[in-house]
Amino acid sequence: MTTLQRKEVNPIAHLSPEDIEQIGRELDAIRDEVLAVRGEKDAKYIRRMIAVQRRLEVGSRAVLLFSVLPPAWILGTIGLSIAKILENMEIGHNILHGQYDFMRDPKIHSTTWEWDFAAPAEQWKHSHNELHHKYTNVVGRDNDLGYGIMRVDEQQKWAPAHLGQPLYNFINACLFEYGIAAYDLELGRNLASKRRRNNPDFRARLRQVGRKIRNQVLKDYVAHPALSVPVGLAFGNPFGAFFGTMAANAVANVVRNLWSHSVIMCGHFPKGVETFERTSITGETRGEWYLRQMLGSANISGSKLMHIMTGNLSHQIEHHLFPDLPASRYAEIAPKVRALFEKYELKYVTGPFVVQVASAWAKVFRLALPNRKPTRAIDHTIPPRHPAEATV
Amino acid sequence: MAVTQKLRDGAWRVVELITTPVVPADYLDVIAPLRNPTVLRARVDAVRSETAKAVTLVLRPGRGWQPHKPGQYVRVGVDVDGVRLWRAYSVSSATGRADGRFTITVNAVENGVVSSYLLNNARKGMLVHLDLPDGDFQLPEKRPAKTLFVTAGSGITPVMGMLRSALHELSDVVVVHSARTAEAVVFGAELRELAAQGRIRLIERHTGTDGRLKPAGLADLVPDLFERETWACGPGDLLDDLQEHWADAGATERLHVERFRTVVLVAGDGGTVTFEKSGLVVESAGGTSILDAGEAAGQLMKSGCRMGICYKCVLPMREGIVRDLRDGTITTASEVDGDKPLIQTCISAAAGPCRLDA
Ligand code: FES
Repeated sequence: MTTLQRKEVNPIAHLSPEDIEQIGRELDAIRDEVLAVRGEKDAKYIRRMIAVQRRLEVGSRAVLLFSVLPPAWILGTIGLSIAKILENMEIGHNILHGQYDFMRDPKIHSTTWEWDFAAPAEQWKHSHNELHHKYTNVVGRDNDLGYGIMRVDEQQKWAPAHLGQPLYNFINACLFEYGIAAYDLELGRNLASKRRRNNPDFRARLRQVGRKIRNQVLKDYVAHPALSVPVGLAFGNPFGAFFGTMAANAVANVVRNLWSHSVIMCGHFPKGVETFERTSITGETRGEWYLRQMLGSANISGSKLMHIMTGNLSHQIEHHLFPDLPASRYAEIAPKVRALFEKYELKYVTGPFVVQVASAWAKVFRLALPNRKPTRAIDHTIPPRHPAEATV
Repeated sequence: MAVTQKLRDGAWRVVELITTPVVPADYLDVIAPLRNPTVLRARVDAVRSETAKAVTLVLRPGRGWQPHKPGQYVRVGVDVDGVRLWRAYSVSSATGRADGRFTITVNAVENGVVSSYLLNNARKGMLVHLDLPDGDFQLPEKRPAKTLFVTAGSGITPVMGMLRSALHELSDVVVVHSARTAEAVVFGAELRELAAQGRIRLIERHTGTDGRLKPAGLADLVPDLFERETWACGPGDLLDDLQEHWADAGATERLHVERFRTVVLVAGDGGTVTFEKSGLVVESAGGTSILDAGEAAGQLMKSGCRMGICYKCVLPMREGIVRDLRDGTITTASEVDGDKPLIQTCISAAAGPCRLDA
C-alpha cells in the first residue's frame, strides 16, 4: 500500500489483524441496524425525491419556453441545473447502486433505471459499482483515480505531458458526462489496437453510447429549443427562443458536470486519503476491504441541502462502506462510523466543500510537476493475515 | 390511414425524445398513476369489513384492465413497509359492474404479511398494483343442471364471485360451507339471505362446535352428491380428502378445485437450486452462495463484485427461499403469487428448494 502524500508513518501500523476483523464486525453491526429499519420511510423518500425532481424539471422547462425573456431564461436555467443535479446525484447514482432494489418496484430498480447522463446506466454500473467500488483507490485497478489521464500519486512516473493536467482536469470537469462515457468504454485502451477496435463487444458498447448521446443531444439541443420557437414567434424572435433554450440546456449540463466532478473529486482526492497497491488486495478479507474503504474516502461537511445536492456523496466514507444502503441513511450512521474511526485511531477525512475542492485541486497542480524530493519507499501494507488464511 | 399512422408514430417519437431517458408515462405517473398504459394499478375506492378477520376492498382498476370471469383470481401488489409484495386474491364481486370496479376479499392468514397489512392499513385512496385476472376455477358456459359448492374459510371468496355473477342462471345450488363459528362466516348475512329466499340451499358447518367436515359425512348432507358438478375451495387437506373421495366414486371429472397457497416456506439450511432455463439442478449448501454453487456445476452466470455491491449477479427467483449470507435476511418467492424477486446470487444461499428463472 502506498500513500498519496508520502507520509512517514503507516496509518494502520497500530492495528492487528484481529483489530481489523473487529472493525469489520462493528461495521456489519451498523449495517444491520439500518437494515432493521429500512422500509417505508426510504421508499417514501425516494418517491418524493423523484416526484419533486420531475416537477422541477417540467416546471423549469415550461419557464424556458419563454427563454426569449431574460428573467425566464435565468430562472429556467437555474431550475433545470438543479433538476439535473438531483436527477444524477440523489436519484440516479443511488438507484443505480441498488439502494432501492429492496422495494421490488420495477420502476425504481438498478436493473431498469436510466439516467439523464451521456454514459448509459448499464456501462456506468460496470465501471463504477463493479470496479471502482470493489477496487477503491487501488492504483492500476481503480480507474477513477485520475481517470487514466492524470498523475495522482507521487510514485507514478512523471512525464512532461503531466504539466497539462490541471487543464485536462478542468476540461474533463466541464464535459464530465462525456468523460465518464469515454471512461466506461475504456476508450483509450480500446482504440489503441486494431484488434481491440474491432472487438464486437466493444463495437456494441460504442453503439449503445452513441445512441444514448444522440438522444440526449437531440432532447436538450433540438427538441426542447424547438418547443420554445412558437413563443419566440409571438415575441418576434424565434431564433432567439431556439438558441436561448439551447444555451440554457448547455449551461445546465455544464453546471451539473462541474458540480458532480467537484463532488467526486472531494470523495477520493483530498489530502489525507490513501491509495493502495495492486498486490495489497489479493486475498483481502471483509475487514480489510472495509478498512480500505475507510482510508480511501473523504467526506464533505455541510448542511442537509448540501447532502441532498451531492446525492449524499458528501458522506463518501459511509457510501463506500455501505454502497447498497439508502443514501439518505448515511447522515444517521455517520456519527457511529466516525466514533469507530476514533476508537481505532484512524483519520476520518472531512471538511467543508470549498476546502476539500481546493485540496483536491492542489494535488492536481502539485503532481503536474515532478516530485521535489525522491520518494522514499515506505512499507504501508496491511499487516499479514493469520497464517491459516494466508495460505488460501 | 397509413399516413396518419406514420404521423402519429413520428409525433410519439418526438414526445419520447422530449422525455428521454425516461418514458412519457413516467411523467404522467406523477399526476395520474391510473392512466399509465404499461403499469396496471388500481385505487382502493372503499374498504368494508366483513368479519373480524376479513375485509373487502373495492378497487377501481386503471388503464389496461380486463374484466374477470367469475371464480378467477387477481394478483395484487401491495407495498408493505416499502417492499412490494404480490399475492393472489379471488375476485368476490359480480362480473360486469356498471362502474367498472371489482372487489377482492382478503382473509387474515396466520403470519400473513400482506393480509394483515391490508386488514389494518387498507384505506380509501390507496394505490395497489395489479395483474390481469387469471385462473380456470370457473363455471362452464353451459351451466350445469345441479351444482354443489364445498368451501371452507376464505375458500368462499371465489364461490361468492360465482354466485353473485351467475346465480340467476343456476337452478339447483347447494353450498356447504365450513367456518369456525357463525360469526366467522365471510359473507354470512348475504349467504343466509340467499338461502332464505330459496335461491340456494346453504349448509353451514361451524367447526368450532361441530368438528371438521369429512367427505364421508357429505353424502348425508347432500345425497345426490355425485350427480352434481362440484366446485371446492379451501385448505389443502380438505381438498385432498374431497379429491380422494370423488376419485373413489369414479367422479373425478365432476370435481373442480382451487388451491390457495398452503405451504408456508420455512428457512432451512441449503437446498436444491434449479436453473429453469438451462435445466441444471444443483445441491447448494447453506454456507455457499448460489453463484458459487451454480458456477461449480457449470451454469453460466453473470457476476461482478461477488460481494453484494454491484447487483450484476441478480436473477429472478420464481419459487423458493434464500438467506443473505451477510446479514441473514430471508427472501421468499411463491409461484402462486407470481412474485419474482431479483436475488443477488453472490451473497444468497439456498435456505430451501429454489427455482431460478435462468
Ligand atoms: S456480483 Fe456484485 S452484487 Fe453479486
